[in-house]
Amino acid sequence: MTDNITPNQDTAPAQEPAKGAVVLEVRDLSVDFGVDKKWVPAAIGLNYQVRAGEVLAIVGESGSGKSASSMALLGLLPSNSRVSGSVRLSGKELLGASAANIREVRGKDVAVIFQEPMTALNPVYTVGAQIVETVRLHNEVSPEQAKERALRMLELVELPDPEKAFKSYPHQLSGGQRQRAMIAQSLSCDPKLLIADEPTTALDVTVQAEILDLMRNLRNKLDSAIVLITHDMGVVADLADRIAVMRRGIIVETGTAEQVFRNPRHEYTQALLAAVPHLGQGGAEHGEEVDVTAALAAATHAELDSVDHEELVRRERENAAALAAAAAERPQGEPVLELTDVAIEYPKQGRVPAFRAVEGANLVIYPGQVVGLVGESGSGKTTIGRAAVGLLPVAAGTMRVVGQDISAAKKNGKQLHHVRRHIGMVFQDPSSSLNPRLPIGESIGEPMFLAGEAKGSGLQKRIEALLDQVELPRSYRNRYPHELSGGQKQRVGIARALSLKPKLMVADEPTSALDVSVQAKVLELFQNLQKDLGFACLFVTHDLAVVDVLADRICVMQRGRIVEQGTRDQILRNPQEPYTQRLLAAVPLPDPEKQRERRELRAQLLASGVE
Amino acid sequence: MIQYILRRLLQIIPVFIGTTLLVYFMVFALPGDPIRALFGDRPPSEAVIAQLRQQYNLDQPFWVQYGLFLKNLFTFNLGVDFTGQPIAASLGRIFPVTVMLAVEALIIQTVFGVTFGLIAGLRKGKFFDATVLVASLVVIAIPTFVLGFVLQLLIGVQLGWAKPTVGANADWGNLILPATVLGLVSFAYVLRLTRASVVENMNADYVRTATAKGLSRPRVVVTHILRNSMIPVITYLGASLGGLMGGAIVTESIFNVPGVGQKLFQAVIRSEGPTVVAIVSVLVLVFVIANLLVDLLYAWLDPRIRYEN
Repeated sequence: MTDNITPNQDTAPAQEPAKGAVVLEVRDLSVDFGVDKKWVPAAIGLNYQVRAGEVLAIVGESGSGKSASSMALLGLLPSNSRVSGSVRLSGKELLGASAANIREVRGKDVAVIFQEPMTALNPVYTVGAQIVETVRLHNEVSPEQAKERALRMLELVELPDPEKAFKSYPHQLSGGQRQRAMIAQSLSCDPKLLIADEPTTALDVTVQAEILDLMRNLRNKLDSAIVLITHDMGVVADLADRIAVMRRGIIVETGTAEQVFRNPRHEYTQALLAAVPHLGQGGAEHGEEVDVTAALAAATHAELDSVDHEELVRRERENAAALAAAAAERPQGEPVLELTDVAIEYPKQGRVPAFRAVEGANLVIYPGQVVGLVGESGSGKTTIGRAAVGLLPVAAGTMRVVGQDISAAKKNGKQLHHVRRHIGMVFQDPSSSLNPRLPIGESIGEPMFLAGEAKGSGLQKRIEALLDQVELPRSYRNRYPHELSGGQKQRVGIARALSLKPKLMVADEPTSALDVSVQAKVLELFQNLQKDLGFACLFVTHDLAVVDVLADRICVMQRGRIVEQGTRDQILRNPQEPYTQRLLAAVPLPDPEKQRERRELRAQLLASGVE
Repeated sequence: MIQYILRRLLQIIPVFIGTTLLVYFMVFALPGDPIRALFGDRPPSEAVIAQLRQQYNLDQPFWVQYGLFLKNLFTFNLGVDFTGQPIAASLGRIFPVTVMLAVEALIIQTVFGVTFGLIAGLRKGKFFDATVLVASLVVIAIPTFVLGFVLQLLIGVQLGWAKPTVGANADWGNLILPATVLGLVSFAYVLRLTRASVVENMNADYVRTATAKGLSRPRVVVTHILRNSMIPVITYLGASLGGLMGGAIVTESIFNVPGVGQKLFQAVIRSEGPTVVAIVSVLVLVFVIANLLVDLLYAWLDPRIRYEN
């Protein structure tokens, strides 16, 4: 075993990356899946190469073949697949190699980091046991040596307590820690090539930023080649040296990160980049673009090495001027949703005590206003959304919905029944929130029918009108949910939420399960509908860039409390709370240069000791 | 952990009182007079009957009878049955036989069920899988007494591979045929459970990770697929142990095994309250403790399960 990686060996070669030897060379790689006795192509004639110390990002939306083609490198595809072409690892052909030879390569020369660290690690073995298993498989070492090695790897991936992590089961670690453990396992045999399949998709933004930092550090230390598979342009901008854009099984464009972001040649790449919500660019009519980096620098009095001082000051001034000029809030009318010192509990179940998920929340939404509720997982944002619809009891404080105090309302009582007629709700997963056995027309019409608003041909007319509003063909109303794409299903979800002409719309992460280009269209539709119909909206999301596009006001939640709220301009241009600042700094921007600035800023933020 | 085990053991008390009360009442409410039935066609004098009734407390109201039974139980005096034999002694004779039978059946159904289920699951949709699925369905569908007689005739009598009946001296060897019959139905369920579990786990992300680490197929199967697939199977096995112990009446009758099933059957026919309740009490204990063991095994197999205190 070579011992060229130790945690404190920071003096790794500082030479420019992308100058190493070619590690992976892929020629004419095609992948087909056998579906119903037919070959359906997943990847067609791919060509690319990756050098040592270089990160190649393969970018594409779902179904583009980016994952399938990468799994094909190691023969990890299911048995109904067919692979052709050539995959050379340091000159050695992998396709068609014997099972034993491929096993030698797996885990040793080529390691994989998977998307979902919870399910990618075996839940019944400790993290340590799984790393030791890998180490001992490829190296002739004693259990003690393997353990020592595993501990060193856990230290390398910057886990705070490697001994404890070694003995922990995957479910005892947080999402970010699990992904670190996964990375530790992947690196445990010094792979020449690392395939990272959506390594940060399942993580919160601040955790994602940490993992991206870690991967960047490791890349510099280890000099491995990395293939990064992702749909997230921000992640690409943060990490990639070169980019291959895939669409429907074909690489439509390759180039350096700089080229692809600055000067995308293929129209699909252009469309993809345009569709990515870009924090600071949301809603043209809100005012001009917000320079989030400069705003953060101003708020934290940071100096950036990578940005000229004069330039930074100028950009900060611009921001301040824009903030001063921004229209003041003009609340009008009776609030649609009003929370005063609200605490929300998940009631106790058997021996599991009640859990207080939200505490001391104050929030007001006026008619026609869109309020974005932002936070990471476990922050309580969804809880507030649910309580607003009366799905969770209010433990303390008062909650008024469309003028009625529902804090003391009985579960499923008359009052809630009445209030709910004025609220529409759009859920996160469009597939599971529509009844699979009902045609979508019926799903849309059901609320109106139940409320006694319409029936017979009147109902049919209303359904048609709603389908028109969400820009779906009327003929779709007899289709079932599984016949629709994700974006179409979410349009149905929106139509259903609109069916009773609600005064308040509660949207819980309605676009986070969608591809960016689809998300962009759904968000645009949502925005137009909101403008036309004028409903107020509580938009719950983890994605600051989405809120930026839609919201008039932004509330930032952390650990059950609203830590900061204000207009979009106040939050983006002048964030006051350290947590908001960290959150803003963690969102990767789909622009390599800006992302470099932000990285530096984020490092300063963290170094300055804000928790 | 210890707190959890203690709490579970304490739960035995209400379960125990509830079941014995229920069973005692059911036997009490049976029509007919057990004492008269003892003498068949030649009724004895009324004085003898009255004396016997008094001896077995049958002249007392239900609650007194039940109370006396409980009192005797806690002083470890199970009394005598209607033939004058001490109940404790006959329990001591029949339970070892039934435990042997049940354990042998459990081993047979586990070993074969898990093996065939694993192979079928790994070869989902192939010939072996289809064959095994159909065969297990046939086994489930055929009543035990048919299966029992057929195997007895075929293997015991015609082929002579095993002893067709057991008789007084039961041991592991001559119990093999009844144990096979007893285990066959559960075997089919174990097989199907294992298969379903394996099919589900086979495509799990961590199995792909294990493959990507470079593990050989057998190691992936044993350490990552099989281990994770055993969790639902273990639950079923624990629950089936109770059934194997108490529900072997048909099998024990066919193969003439002097076990719990036969004894229980006779005692019910004779309305022998104390004997029935004594046997059922032991079975209840076995059942509750088997389930406790399963729950403890569960936590060992799946560390995500933690016991709340």
